[in-house]
Amino acid sequence: MGFSDETYQRAKEIIARYPEGKERSALLPLLHLVQAEEGYVSPAGVTFCAEQLGLTRAQVGAVATFYTMYKRRPAGDWLVSVCTNTMCGVLGGDATFEALSEYLGVGHDETTTDGLITLEHAECLAACDYAPVVTINYEFFDRLQADQALSLVHRLEEGERPVPSRGARLCTLKEMSVQLAGFADDREGAVADGPAGGPTLRGNRLAEQYGIAVPGFDPETPIPTQADREAAKAPPPAETAGAASNKPASDAKPAGDAPKPQENKL
Amino acid sequence: MTAPSKEALATLTPVLTKRWLSPDAWKLDVFERLDGYAALRKALAAHPDDLIALIKESGLRGRGGAGFPTGMKWAFIPQNDGKPHYLVVNADEGEPGTCKDLPLMMADPHSLIEGIIICCYAIRANRAFIYVRGEAIHAARRLRQAVIDARAAGYLGPSILGSDFGLEIVVHSGAGAYICGEETALLDSLEGYRGQPRLRPPFPATHGLYASPTVVNNVETICSVPYIVLGGAQWWRSMGTEKSPGPKIYSLSGRINEPGQYECGLGTTLRQLIDLAGGMQPGHQLKFWTPGGSSTPLLTAEHLDTPMDFEAMAAAGTMLGTTAVQIFSDQDDVVYATYRWIEFYHHESCGKCTPCREGNYWMGQILHRILSGQGTHEDLDTLLDSCDNLLGRSFCALGDGATSPVTSSIQYFKQDYLDYIEGRKPPMFSPADHSMVGAH
Repeated sequence: MGFSDETYQRAKEIIARYPEGKERSALLPLLHLVQAEEGYVSPAGVTFCAEQLGLTRAQVGAVATFYTMYKRRPAGDWLVSVCTNTMCGVLGGDATFEALSEYLGVGHDETTTDGLITLEHAECLAACDYAPVVTINYEFFDRLQADQALSLVHRLEEGERPVPSRGARLCTLKEMSVQLAGFADDREGAVADGPAGGPTLRGNRLAEQYGIAVPGFDPETPIPTQADREAAKAPPPAETAGAASNKPASDAKPAGDAPKPQENKL
Repeated sequence: MTAPSKEALATLTPVLTKRWLSPDAWKLDVFERLDGYAALRKALAAHPDDLIALIKESGLRGRGGAGFPTGMKWAFIPQNDGKPHYLVVNADEGEPGTCKDLPLMMADPHSLIEGIIICCYAIRANRAFIYVRGEAIHAARRLRQAVIDARAAGYLGPSILGSDFGLEIVVHSGAGAYICGEETALLDSLEGYRGQPRLRPPFPATHGLYASPTVVNNVETICSVPYIVLGGAQWWRSMGTEKSPGPKIYSLSGRINEPGQYECGLGTTLRQLIDLAGGMQPGHQLKFWTPGGSSTPLLTAEHLDTPMDFEAMAAAGTMLGTTAVQIFSDQDDVVYATYRWIEFYHHESCGKCTPCREGNYWMGQILHRILSGQGTHEDLDTLLDSCDNLLGRSFCALGDGATSPVTSSIQYFKQDYLDYIEGRKPPMFSPADHSMVGAH
């Protein structure tokens, strides 16, 4: 197929991000870009990238097939990834994958016949404190057991867009791929979506609750210069040396809206 | 669940995570109100060499797993060499168990931008790349917004805050390959190739991105920099231990009451962390755990009081890694856990080095056979032999890391293997079951 003018324009913008003579760095984003138009990296997509960068199709193909996010067959609107790495797996991810696979009638990296949903096992998605997790188009649905995952899929089938636990409201995989190619999310408010979850803040909340802050933080502490360091190394009359780093501690806080700081050595 | 003890609470050091409590800290104006970009102003008034010396004095060590001294890494960049210099931030978080950089980038993206600008000023780089894991889409979204906002406010661009120092940052999304977290594979991937590790030397400090001097640092490492610039090396050293100074984000997952992120001084023990996390879940007894991801050898309940810093973890026969503390109980099957991790390494091996590509494949087959009730005593020897042929025989640490769960689980839990082999435990799989191999 022919790619749209917009895709050609975006390809130019992507290539311009990288230093002159280093255009090949644009290859990964360009592959995301062709996936954004076609829903997978087709032979035409490979040709497009090769032409943009002056590479052979074999060079592009070798890269495209190395990375799991480039789909080699048309993917569904909704990519449902179930983490089945060890932690999520033992906490319920294995059972979730089996349940979804049975319900949808597809296996790993397969798409339902109506082209709606692609199912995959995923390796660790870096959300182990929310295990077991499922992502839809890479947005997190936290602490999900099989029955909850099934109801998510039912809602997708009914045309709904469930709201992720963290991250932005859902968009289709093609729309997501534009962002993966490095373009800003142009949906009003999408960047602001998704507050941090409880586990993310757990340690902080404890510190807040018990009034713990790291003492001795003084943002005015001077940065020692070469002269300071030499003076510090010089023998006996060293009282003035290192004065910078021995500045009396204040109880200023590093940052954040915290309650009254208090010594953390309880 | 009981309240944490005073002793455990005293280990908390909210520094890098502190802004997370402000839900809008990802916005520039809120970040600025919370001392954001104050460190940058201070740094730009200092000599770049003094900044490198400051980071050296702080004792900051890389937070991506290896613990290499950050200041030394920066000092390796040759100066006045006429070549462009680069900073590449490794935001390809994917080591099983590790989940600290994503929340950091989502909640406080400008702290990474600020750290990047300071680092680039110190190493004289005018271009930086954030290689962010493809799947980490919301983190990338926030980072891209942060770059746009920082540029509009004069923190990025050709003349930062009116100085003659200029910097551009590109947020580059990966495409699903664990190996790209390895720094030289990451560089190849960023150059538009398959993510396969390079032979070293030469090291990235002289021949990194585009064969130019390059610093590759983890997200948490770079985010530490502004705090050191503000509070000074001595203050930074007031946290952690002498050789492993500073705060560290410990990511707790598994069979505890309150999994989550706990920023504590380096050297905190698992007993203290479990205490902070509200104890083990009812009915669960600690059995095995990873101190820093699946590539760090497993530890057991015997190690509850071992300080979690670089030295003490090495002395205990493991590694601090990324402080991804995955906690498993007597309800969990260590043989299955090991099998699942090996399937992961098998899938993620880039295929360049034969010992890693083939070794992981065969170890997965053997572990599957054991779990299917068809293992033999010889299988254990074969597993250990395979590990001998893997460790130190691949270009990168993926191969080494893959041996960790195998050798440590056999070391501590041989009986669990024997229970399958000798028929005391019913098989988990039928021999024909397909193994689980995932994406990403």
